[in-house]
Amino acid sequence: MLKLSIQDLTKKFGRKTAVSNLSLGVESGKITVLLGPTGAGKTTTLRCVAGLEKPDQGTITIEGQVVNDYPPKDRDVAFVFQNFSLYPRYTVFENIASPLRIRGLRQEEIAQKVKEVASFLHIDHLLDRRPIFISGGEMQRVAIARALVRRPKVFLLDEPLTNLDAKIREEMRTELKRLQGEMESTFFYATPDQAEALSMADTIAVIHHGHLVQVGTPTGIYHQPVNMFVADFVGSPGMNFIPASVEGETVNVGPGYFSLPLSPEMRKACAEQATSKEVFLGIRPEDVLIRFEAQEGFYPALVEVVEPLGVLQIVRLRLNHHFIRVRSEENAHFPVGEKVFFGLKEGKVRLFDGKSEKRIW
Amino acid sequence: MNEFQRRQVKNRIIVVILVGMLCVYLFPIYWMFSTATKTKLDAFSLPPKWVWRPQIENFRNVFYVGAGGALGRVKGIEVKPKPSAFLRQLGNSIIVSFVSTLLATFLGALSGYVFSRMRVRGKDDLLFVILSSRMLPPVVIAIPLVMMYRALGLFDTLFGLIIMYTVFNLAFAVWMMRSFVDDIPIEYEEAALVDGYSRFQAFFKFIFPEMRVGMVATAIFSLIMTWNEFTFSLLLTGERARTAVPSIAHSLGTAGVNWGHIAAGSFLMVLPVVVFTFLLGGNLIRGFTFGAIKE
Repeated sequence: MLKLSIQDLTKKFGRKTAVSNLSLGVESGKITVLLGPTGAGKTTTLRCVAGLEKPDQGTITIEGQVVNDYPPKDRDVAFVFQNFSLYPRYTVFENIASPLRIRGLRQEEIAQKVKEVASFLHIDHLLDRRPIFISGGEMQRVAIARALVRRPKVFLLDEPLTNLDAKIREEMRTELKRLQGEMESTFFYATPDQAEALSMADTIAVIHHGHLVQVGTPTGIYHQPVNMFVADFVGSPGMNFIPASVEGETVNVGPGYFSLPLSPEMRKACAEQATSKEVFLGIRPEDVLIRFEAQEGFYPALVEVVEPLGVLQIVRLRLNHHFIRVRSEENAHFPVGEKVFFGLKEGKVRLFDGKSEKRIW
Repeated sequence: MNEFQRRQVKNRIIVVILVGMLCVYLFPIYWMFSTATKTKLDAFSLPPKWVWRPQIENFRNVFYVGAGGALGRVKGIEVKPKPSAFLRQLGNSIIVSFVSTLLATFLGALSGYVFSRMRVRGKDDLLFVILSSRMLPPVVIAIPLVMMYRALGLFDTLFGLIIMYTVFNLAFAVWMMRSFVDDIPIEYEEAALVDGYSRFQAFFKFIFPEMRVGMVATAIFSLIMTWNEFTFSLLLTGERARTAVPSIAHSLGTAGVNWGHIAAGSFLMVLPVVVFTFLLGGNLIRGFTFGAIKE
C-alpha cells in the first residue's frame, strides 16, 4: 500500500531546476531510500513533501489526501534534519515533548510518552540536559525521538547519519532499521551513501541532477543498474568500465586489448539496443579474478596500486590506457609493478551503450 | 626562552597595551569628573591640579537656578533655590530615548526577521531605501522637518521626538537584526513547523529568544545614539520637550562659559547610559547559545 505518493514533482530555484518531473511512491511500513550525490535534489524532494518548499508542479499525496496546499503542521510528517536542529534553549525532555505540547496533550501523558520513547532510544539518562551538553550521536537520537514520539504518518529523514562519526553511523544504521521494523513506520530516507542505502532500504530510488534514474530493490539496483551512472555510484568501489567495440560475435575490449566472445542473447541485445558499435564493458570489482600465471581466458595487466582494507584489498590493475579495480582477499600478496593475469567471471559482464550510457546487457 | 615563556611575555605586553588604551579612553571621563568637582579656580589652574578638595557646588547648580553664591539672605530677602529645567530635561531624555529604542528594536527585530527569512518582492531595493534614510546629514532635511512638525502640531512634543528617533534608529535596527537572524539556523523554525507549530508560534517560541543577543546589541547602540542626539532635539523642540544634551550647550550662556557646570551636567548625562549598558551588557557576553546544530 502506498503511504506517500509523489507525482511529477518539479521544483526550480531561480533558473536552476532542483527536481524535475519526479514520480515516486513510498510504501507503508517500508524504508524507501532516495540515493544520490550531493546536489541531486534529495533534500528538495523531502522538503516539498514536508511542506517546507512549495513545488512548482506536481502533487504530493499522503494517505490518499493531496496535501499540496497544507502547511507543514497539518501534514502529519516528521522531519529529521542532517544537522539535528534541536532547540538549544530547551532540555532534551522539552525537545522531545515539543510536538506533543503544541497538540495540547496533558502533562502526565506527555511525560509518559517522552519517557517511553527515550528509553526505546536509550537516552533516558539525558532528559534533563540541554542539547549543547550531549554528543553528536546522542543529539541525533534526540532528534529521532522527537520525530517518533507522535507517530507521524511518514518519517522524512534527510541524511540523518551524515554528520556522525563513521563508527556511530554504522551503529545508528542498525538501530534505525530496528526502530523502523518494530514500529512498522514508513521511512522516506535521503542519503548520499550507497552502503547505507544498500544496507537499509527496502526500495532504493536513485536520483541524479533532479531526475529519477532508477527505482528498485537493493539487489536489483546493484546487479541490474540501468546506466553507467548507477553502476558507478552504487558499490564501493563502483563498477569498472572499459571502452570496447562490438565486432560480429565478439567484443573487442580496449579496443585492441583482448576479445570476449558474445553469447547469442548478448548479440541480440546489442543489435536491438546499441546505437553504434561503440560500447562500454562493465564489470564489478568483485567479479574479476587475478592469477599469477597465464591461463586460458586470462589477460595480462600490471599491478599499479594496492589498498588494503582489512578483510579485503582493492587492487588497481593497469591495462595500457585503462585500469580496473579488483576486490581481492587480504591474504593474497600483489607486489606493485608485477605482471599478473586477470579474468572476468562468467555471466557478470555488463555492456553499456557508448553514447547514451544505458545498459544493453 | 621556550615557547611557553614567550607566550607569557606576549600576554604581558598585550595587557600593558590594553591598560594604556583604557587610560586613553577613560581620560575624558576623568577630566569631566574632575572639572565637575573642582572649584572654578582649581579647574583653570595650570599645570592641572591632581589633588583637589572635591565640592558638589556644580552638581547643585545643575539642578537649581540661583543656587550657589546667591543663597541665603540678600538685602534682607530670603533667596530660595529654584529647581532648574535640567531634571525635566533629563526626564525627557530618558522617556524619549528608552521609548524610541524599545520601539525601534522591536520593529527592527520583526522586520529583520522578515527580511532574513521571507521572500519579499524587491527585498534588496527596500533594504537600500531603508538604509538611505541615514545617508543624508540631518541638517539637510532639518528645515522641511521643522515646517512639517509645526504644521502637524508635533513641534516641541515628546511624541514628535519619539517618532523622529524611532525612524532614525529603525534603519540601523533593521539591518543589524537582519544579519543576526541570518545567523540563526533556519532549521530551528523548520523543525518547529513540522513539529506542528504555526509560523507565528514557531517565531515567538523558538526564534525570538535566539534573537535576544542581537536585540540587546541593537538596543544599546540605538540608546546611545538617541541619548546623544543633538541636532533634531535642538531644532524640533522648544522649552517643553527639550532633552538634556542641547540644554547643556545652552549653558554656554550670558555669564561666560561655566565649565564646571557643563562638566557636572555632562557627567550626569553619561551615567544612565553606562548603567543601562552594564545591566544589559552581560547578555552580550553570555549570549550565544547556539550549538544544538551540528555543522
